[in-house]
Amino acid sequence: MLQIELWKRVLILGLCALGLLLALPNAFYTRVETYNDALAAQATGASGPEIEAQTELWPDFMPRALVNLGLDLRGGAHLLAEVQVEDVYEARMTSMWPEVRDLLREERETVGTIRLQPSASDELRVRVSRPELVGEAAALVRGLARPVTSVTGAGSNDIEVSTDGDEVVVTLSEAERRATDDRTVRQALEIIRRRIDEVGTREPTIQRQGSDRILIQVPGIGSASELKQIIGTTAQLTFHPVVRRTSNEDATAGSGNEILPSIDEEGTFYVVESAPVVSGEELVDAQPSFDQNNRPAVSFRFNPTGARKFGDYTAENIGSPFAIVLDGEVISAPVIQSHIPGGSGIITGRFSVEESTNLAVLLRAGALPAGLEFLEERTIGPELGADSIEAGKIASIVAFAAVLVFMFLSYGTFGVFANIALILNVGLIFGLLSLIGATLTLPGIAGIVLTIGMAVDANVLVFERIREELKTARGPARAIELGYEKALSAILDANITTFITAVILFAMGSGPVRGFAITLGLGILTSVFTAIFVTRLMIVMWFERRRPKTIEV
Amino acid sequence: MRLKLVPQETNWNFFGKPRLTLGLSVVLIVLAAVSFLLQGLNYGIDFRGGTTIRTESAQPVDVGAYRDAISPLNLGDVAISEVFDPGFDEDQNVTMIRIQAQEGQESVSAEVIAEVENALKQVAPDITFISVESVGPKVSGELIKTAVIAVLLAIGAVLVYIWLRFEWQFALGAVAALVHDVILTIGVFSELQIKFDLAIIAALLTIVGYSLNDTVVVFDRVRENLRKYKKKDLKEVLNISINETLSRTVMTSVTTLLALISLFVLGGDVIRGFVFAMIWGVIVGTYSSVFVAAIILYWLGVKRDWSKPDANTGNQFANVDA
Repeated sequence: MLQIELWKRVLILGLCALGLLLALPNAFYTRVETYNDALAAQATGASGPEIEAQTELWPDFMPRALVNLGLDLRGGAHLLAEVQVEDVYEARMTSMWPEVRDLLREERETVGTIRLQPSASDELRVRVSRPELVGEAAALVRGLARPVTSVTGAGSNDIEVSTDGDEVVVTLSEAERRATDDRTVRQALEIIRRRIDEVGTREPTIQRQGSDRILIQVPGIGSASELKQIIGTTAQLTFHPVVRRTSNEDATAGSGNEILPSIDEEGTFYVVESAPVVSGEELVDAQPSFDQNNRPAVSFRFNPTGARKFGDYTAENIGSPFAIVLDGEVISAPVIQSHIPGGSGIITGRFSVEESTNLAVLLRAGALPAGLEFLEERTIGPELGADSIEAGKIASIVAFAAVLVFMFLSYGTFGVFANIALILNVGLIFGLLSLIGATLTLPGIAGIVLTIGMAVDANVLVFERIREELKTARGPARAIELGYEKALSAILDANITTFITAVILFAMGSGPVRGFAITLGLGILTSVFTAIFVTRLMIVMWFERRRPKTIEV
Repeated sequence: MRLKLVPQETNWNFFGKPRLTLGLSVVLIVLAAVSFLLQGLNYGIDFRGGTTIRTESAQPVDVGAYRDAISPLNLGDVAISEVFDPGFDEDQNVTMIRIQAQEGQESVSAEVIAEVENALKQVAPDITFISVESVGPKVSGELIKTAVIAVLLAIGAVLVYIWLRFEWQFALGAVAALVHDVILTIGVFSELQIKFDLAIIAALLTIVGYSLNDTVVVFDRVRENLRKYKKKDLKEVLNISINETLSRTVMTSVTTLLALISLFVLGGDVIRGFVFAMIWGVIVGTYSSVFVAAIILYWLGVKRDWSKPDANTGNQFANVDA
């Protein structure tokens, strides 16, 4: 008869207390936020009286996790970028050419002379002057293949070589493409993260989405275009041998070469070899500095491989110009004065101090391996977020009050129990949200308000059932017990179905919708918990104390 | 004295006028379908790509002047509407500007947005741009796809769950009620041309969850009563079950509506469409669990004797058991 064992009581009350404790920091949001920021600053080595004072704002033994506010509540920028993974195929093929050329040139005796043919960007076509030996040439090129270094692509080679008439066609294998895509996106993600971290904003979200997309959310930033500037363009730095200088944009470049415009001299173009001598990936450092004439410049240093390549090239080509190319534009094309052995150098151009600083940052963070296309851009002003929070607060309070009054009017004492459970419920939702570090969005607030409305459902089911049982059962204790027993299957079935939809929403949705799914799902968990355990415990305790002969529900 | 929305004992006949209740549903579904086919939904940029700009200015908004300022930029279809909300201050004049997706571009370029902003500043110098959102056609296409999949998946998962917990007739009844609710909600959005965006899909799925919640509670009671009243015919058992759960159905709907209405009035204009969908969903969801789900269940018939698996009582569909 209406008994709950002591350990269960302790467990139930303990869980409630824990939930509320976890929720507590949210009641002092700005305070705890300042405290957290101060702790973070301390961790990076900052100190000072101000930070000291800020760390006093919140006791150390208390939980300090807060519910993250989504962009729609805090303001900020959101970008969905697609990494143009095909860019890398092209770069790979272009860099294959010198290798293939050198190989086949050595075998001129057997396969004859070779010539690079124009082709699609993700393949390399080489025509052999002796068509009957194209198969042999292909076999030689095949020797350049290396095994793919990835889990899924194990056992296959990175290139596929086939023949088409008198041409040898080189393409990346399917396994290599997949491995490259994955590497490219991960690299891009890392570089974006580094660039955003250099600016130092709070809690940016940088996530991979699907196979080739990156989601970037930065709270507190002015606009999406500002964010795009930080992420920057590709900042692909390469060094190319210069074939000649021209003022004709449409000049024929010749195979294996390309025409690039000069960045600061209008109407000047350079014909350069497409395959770079060294590229920015081999840079290890870049710093803003000044040249001998005290003009802003960027000094850089290569890693050992890059330094060797650069050293060899400069030693062999003293007197000829080479081009420093940034994102397809020639920054400068100095003439090599002497062998440069150490792998460090300086880029001069018509920079302002700010430009040289930016360029150094971009180079240091590393070049994005491929271009980004922005599929989605959202800027939400902080005012809108603040308005939404304000409106959400008022609406929640009013909703709360309305439901509380209504429940009391309908169920009297039992309504009060349900109301306590409801208040507890919202506390628990916030506690759980803080615990898992979830993000609260505007639809998320709607989810909480909806939960307020629906959370009473489980209690209503029980109370209605108790009312019914009171008509037939022997005594109030039995009626309460039967009420809980019989309402249980309806409560579980009803909430599991809603929970299923919340899970699907979470899995399929993105951004704000996901925020809604989280609060809805957590709301279901907490409301079932409070209805089955908490209100029951309250009723049992009340019943033990009062021992009423009759009850009215 | 307790507040009682429904009398303690009710014995209403919910199957008394099937032509009226089902007829109403059928008429509404037809209206929804016609509206959807004729004028379609007013898709937000989430689903058709493009850019929305939310502006705010202390001066009263002159939509015509805004339009004149933007039209020389040749951006194609530009919709400008003023937003009203009781929560706004007196000098808070808000507009939403929607620009269609530009040919051959994934998201509207920063330059275009800057041009629009400059043009508007000529008309209203103190104008501020509260939010700028831009979605490319590639993503919007995928969003529609995932949204449709999500709704279908939710319905499918629920169908399976109820089938496992009850009988297939119950599952069909519940899903019929669900589809009814989803169609009517989409119909209202089409008829009133309220902006249909990603958040509305969330609302639709919640309606799916809510409507089920209601239906499952009624079905749970039907299952119980089928065991209790073995002699009564199905129609009577259904009626008893609905009557017994009626008080709870109404109570829960009212508390949920109370919460939603406060959000609708006070929650700001950003989520008003979303909340509207939910309110409507709660109303039709409650209606459908009483009038649609139960009637379908009645038509399909159910296995009566739960102790003997194959003993069916007289009903034309009784042999069609899974």
